[in-house]
Amino acid sequence: MAAARLSRGHVVSDPAPSPAEVREWLDQVPDPEIPAISLVDLGIIRDIAWQGDTLAVTVTPTYSGCPATAVINMEIEACLRAHGVERIALKRQLSPPWTTDWLSEKGRARLEAYGIAPPQPAGGPDRCPRCGSAHVQKVSQFGSTPCKAQWRCTDCLEPFDYFKCI
Amino acid sequence: MDRDAALFEFLLRQGDTTLILAQRIGEWCGHAPVLEEDIALANTALDLIGQTQLWLGLAGEVEGKGRSADDLAYLRDAWDFRNLLMAERPNRDFGHTMMRQFLYDAWAHPMLTRLAASSEPRVAEIAAKAVKETAYHLERSADIVVGLGDGTDESHARMQDALDRLWPYAGEVFVADDADEVLAQAGIAPHPEELRAPWTETIRRVMAEATLTIPDSDFAHTGGRTGRHTEDLGHILSTMQWLQRAYPGATW
Repeated sequence: MAAARLSRGHVVSDPAPSPAEVREWLDQVPDPEIPAISLVDLGIIRDIAWQGDTLAVTVTPTYSGCPATAVINMEIEACLRAHGVERIALKRQLSPPWTTDWLSEKGRARLEAYGIAPPQPAGGPDRCPRCGSAHVQKVSQFGSTPCKAQWRCTDCLEPFDYFKCI
Repeated sequence: MDRDAALFEFLLRQGDTTLILAQRIGEWCGHAPVLEEDIALANTALDLIGQTQLWLGLAGEVEGKGRSADDLAYLRDAWDFRNLLMAERPNRDFGHTMMRQFLYDAWAHPMLTRLAASSEPRVAEIAAKAVKETAYHLERSADIVVGLGDGTDESHARMQDALDRLWPYAGEVFVADDADEVLAQAGIAPHPEELRAPWTETIRRVMAEATLTIPDSDFAHTGGRTGRHTEDLGHILSTMQWLQRAYPGATW
């Protein structure tokens, strides 16, 4: 997949990778704040398309002030460059706004295994990600990152992060 | 006033209010009464800073003079700021800070809901993003106003004092000027007066639950939206802007 460097000094790319292939690469890039899930799992990669010889990747922010946004863009670019893509355009798309409905099933399962309760339409976690008890209570509407809230299990008594549903 | 001039004015009003309010509540970082509230206030400030980047970024685009959101935030003086006076009021105690947040959130939520249907798509997409964050802020600030208002004698007295002090600043958002008329005509933003009913309904419901008495006066200080500020704004700007003023163009 990497561009082949010829001895005469010019670069010849292999056939351009398909958007599906690029999506697989990005599925290997961890979210900088919640490394258990990938950027693809998070649902923020909205589009991947070739525009001439430029690969355009459209990214939507999770929260408008999420400080990870700049790091995410750098990591996407680094990933694509490592795979030999030289012309890259990163686009920001606000609309439609990101929603936790776009988290992948794989991402939700990985969040829970990592100790973060995945978002639920009811607005709170359905069970403790550590012991599985349904006896949970809210500690605070905000947690360690904009996308999380703090909850606690009243059976195993462990505090845990809940990925807010928006 | 033409459409673009009114739109620029509007975007400054939106972005400057979120910026100054974020700066104020950011002052609590490391000082809030409990850790959870400290984190919650910092996260709310972060959402507001994110919204500021979007509003002021678009303001620079509409103005067309090459000014970025950072240029607008760091390189203007107090008389160029268009934030609501309420946003620049000093924090005082935690209850006062949360009362101000509630009075703002109760206005911002219906405002952003309407702006999400703006005839200007760039405004609509920012509002659609911001309204989700603001719904969450409103839920929290209303909960705390109720919890402290209907709490101990001490917390009740402090919340009533906060409401009495802030009330004369709450009505500024409903006083329309030429820019508001142009925006309403063009379908870009709701007429300020339209928001009074949904705002009043939320305030009445929450204050009743919080056992707090709404002051019997509709007097409103005005001036923030046209650049006439209280002394407090200058002090905020001197803290916020000194680095860019002392070392122009500094980056990290």
